[in-house]
Amino acid sequence: MRSFIIGKGRRDMIKLTINGQEQSWDGDPSLSLLWYLRDEVGLTGTKFGCGEALCGACTVHVEGQAARACITAMSDVAGQNIVTIEGLDPNGDHPVQKAWRETNVPQCGYCQTGQIMQAAALLKENPHPSDDEIRDTMSGNICRCGCYQRIQAAIRLAATGA
Amino acid sequence: MYQHIAPRIENVSRRAVLRGLGITAGLVLAAPVMSRRSIAAYATGAGNMPHGTVNDPRVFVAIAPDGIVTIIAHRAEMGTGVRTSLPMIVADEMDADWDRVRVRQAPGDEVKYGNQDTDGSRSTRHYLMPMRQIGAAARMMLEAAAATRWNVPVSEVKAVNHEVVHTGTGRKLGYGELAIDAAKQPVAAVADLRLKDPKDFRYIGKGRVSIVDLHDITTGKAMYGSDTRLPGLKYAVIARPPVVGGKLVSFDAEGALKVSGVEKVIEVQGWPWPSKFQPLGGVAVIARNTGAAIMGREALKIVWDDGPNANYDSVSYRAELEDAARKPGLVVRNNGDPEAALKSADKVVVGEYYIPHLAHVSMESPVATARVTGDKAEVWAPVQSAGGTREDVAKTLGIPIENVTINVTLLGGGFGRKSKCDFALEAVLISKAIGAPVKVQWTREDDIRHDFAHTVSVERIEAGLDKSGKVIAWRHRSVAPTIGSTFSAGATHELPFERGMGLVDLPFDIPNIRCENPEATAHTRIGWFRAVSNIPHAFAIQTMVAEIAQQTGRDPKEMLLELIGPARIVDVASSVKEPWNYGEPLDSYPIDAGRLRRVVELVAEKGNWGRSVPKGHGLGIAAHRSFVSYIATIVEVAVDDKGKLTIPRVDTAIDCGTFVNPERIQSQIEGAAIMGLSLAKYGELTFKNGRAVQGNFDDFPLVRIDEAPLVTNVYIVPAGPDVPPSGVGEPGVPPFAPALCNAIFAATGKRIRSLPIGKQLEGA
Repeated sequence: MRSFIIGKGRRDMIKLTINGQEQSWDGDPSLSLLWYLRDEVGLTGTKFGCGEALCGACTVHVEGQAARACITAMSDVAGQNIVTIEGLDPNGDHPVQKAWRETNVPQCGYCQTGQIMQAAALLKENPHPSDDEIRDTMSGNICRCGCYQRIQAAIRLAATGA
Repeated sequence: MYQHIAPRIENVSRRAVLRGLGITAGLVLAAPVMSRRSIAAYATGAGNMPHGTVNDPRVFVAIAPDGIVTIIAHRAEMGTGVRTSLPMIVADEMDADWDRVRVRQAPGDEVKYGNQDTDGSRSTRHYLMPMRQIGAAARMMLEAAAATRWNVPVSEVKAVNHEVVHTGTGRKLGYGELAIDAAKQPVAAVADLRLKDPKDFRYIGKGRVSIVDLHDITTGKAMYGSDTRLPGLKYAVIARPPVVGGKLVSFDAEGALKVSGVEKVIEVQGWPWPSKFQPLGGVAVIARNTGAAIMGREALKIVWDDGPNANYDSVSYRAELEDAARKPGLVVRNNGDPEAALKSADKVVVGEYYIPHLAHVSMESPVATARVTGDKAEVWAPVQSAGGTREDVAKTLGIPIENVTINVTLLGGGFGRKSKCDFALEAVLISKAIGAPVKVQWTREDDIRHDFAHTVSVERIEAGLDKSGKVIAWRHRSVAPTIGSTFSAGATHELPFERGMGLVDLPFDIPNIRCENPEATAHTRIGWFRAVSNIPHAFAIQTMVAEIAQQTGRDPKEMLLELIGPARIVDVASSVKEPWNYGEPLDSYPIDAGRLRRVVELVAEKGNWGRSVPKGHGLGIAAHRSFVSYIATIVEVAVDDKGKLTIPRVDTAIDCGTFVNPERIQSQIEGAAIMGLSLAKYGELTFKNGRAVQGNFDDFPLVRIDEAPLVTNVYIVPAGPDVPPSGVGEPGVPPFAPALCNAIFAATGKRIRSLPIGKQLEGA
């Protein structure tokens, strides 16, 4: 249960950078980055799945690291650099995105932006992960349609550039 | 190797359709006509669905002067690929170039488009032929227009890849150049249509086309129900009665209204249970964003009246079901004299199986946006039933159906949950109350705790064997609260369609068979879950087959083939009370034991059944006919000394008749294995004090990538163009859990009769 007391003096403006653009928020600092992105900024590519960092649908990059936007408070990201799926690549052609299309990964597609953001962060950190490393890192992202085999294949493809 | 078109999802608002009618821009082949009813070349049950099917090219196809062909997708896309597959059929028949095709999503309008209930694995089965007829009619209109332009007989022209060619002179006219003239041509009668020879298909059956939304999905541009944004949009979550049948007594909104961003707190109307898909009611918190609404809801103080289901308890309910399964019940199938045969049997093998409630948990939980102004309502929602949603919105608001627009977004998963439009009804009620557009978002806890749950069942099978080990008697009692209880109070028997899902349509060659359905009273909302009653029925039957094999020392695959018996058409109609065949006529879709045998033999051959596996590994097999398709699965499992499962390999063979998009069939089967594994390992929604116990992925876990099968091989039977198409979305699920549990037995000697597997293998 989160609580926040309003009306007690002036609230500091939270400034942050999202996909290269400066943004500011003067509302509730305990609001999660997820709902700020989706409802206040209109970047709906970041998805709500569980609200408890259990499924990874809301994965974004905070200072280059994969983070679950649903449990990240706005006050936690003041002054930080956020990248969402919309900003991963200007043309949507990040190697992971291309590999995803090449492998026809998605079924319903809803969780895929979170999967892609997690995979992109993995490859940035570890450009040539083993299958076990892929499965380990991606195990925080649930896909109810069950596209896992293809997710693994797509990450392998993106890593090898084949 | 896969082509991508520039994909986009566009919801055809009624205004947009009018704009597209060619008055200005010349978007033709789309005209405000009375819809033409379709006649299929083989009989399906499509005509019995509400509003039947429509095969009018002027409803489904528009061609712009620049040659872009727009094809309407009128079924809901929840991951099966239907938004691609059905338009692709039209494109193939009309010889359109897929790169110059755009797909537009139809709004809910069944009078215009035909039935839109995207469930029951029906889309390809009901629409392959109507879509072919649409494409063929459009092609013939284009050819006729070109022949008129050139003043040559139509027999001298031919449509080839987005152009019409005059065979004598090689002259060509593009579809865009012909569009306006083509629209003036009459639409050929079905009997006069020249359908393509299937050997000339370019897209149908090839699997070379990626889904139209692929690019948007990978870039975050795809629009799901949750992604609708409107000017002045408000965001709401609802606190609903925690027990089905309960209602609101009072609430205190003071704390909620103090939360930053919260704007209003209102009561939402609820309907007495059962009420089909009407909302549960409760208290809505309306805010400037969803996060604020959720925080506001946490601060509500509410008093509920829990109503008649306040004592629903899954532990005691299981005992009730088991008790019922041990006594005679309503006879729903009888062949011969099973009672006498069981008495005289040399040996009786008894199995009692338990499959708990399941929650759907699509990754996108229910969500809907509505804007109600005066006596008009517009909805944006991820619904499987656009037409039904439209009817229910009109009824709920008391406005004419013509005043209701349902814009169908992409669905972030459906699995049957989104066949129930309660969330859309909540949105229109709140929008009307607050006089503003509103998005109602269900949290994961809302989704799991207020689901239309998959039924819970006890299945008891007794098989009588003679001295030679041949099965001479089979008595199967199935006890499960029925989906009918969501529609009418006091429904205690499985409906014919539930019994028809694998219970009474048992295709086994046994002389004495009895199926019984003792009563079960529902205490929560029961609904369709992907594959529905096939899940418990197949789990019980296919486990029993392996148990008989075990007890008689035979190979499980050979036992399965022996029980299926010789290739033949199985007549169950004469012995079954109210038989049901997925709504399909038996002459087109008989129960064909030969086809079931064939998938077993195919998967055994390709999956190398009987291969030697390492210690701690085991192979299991199961086969099942559902949604008029035939499917067999072999699972290889490895169980370590701590009881941890891994799945090195899955092999599945499917016979779904003639098929359209094998690449998406493969993905559906891959996904069905994961869903089957999830329900087998973890799936359990329980109730205590009337309330759902689980609420999120921590206590309702789903299989993750590190538990997924390492390899899933899919073999599609090349049934040929003369075999009517059958279901794909659901049939992959039922055989997985029994194949897995049979494999676990082979690996460990531990027989799983109760799902989920949970901790049963620890220390095994």
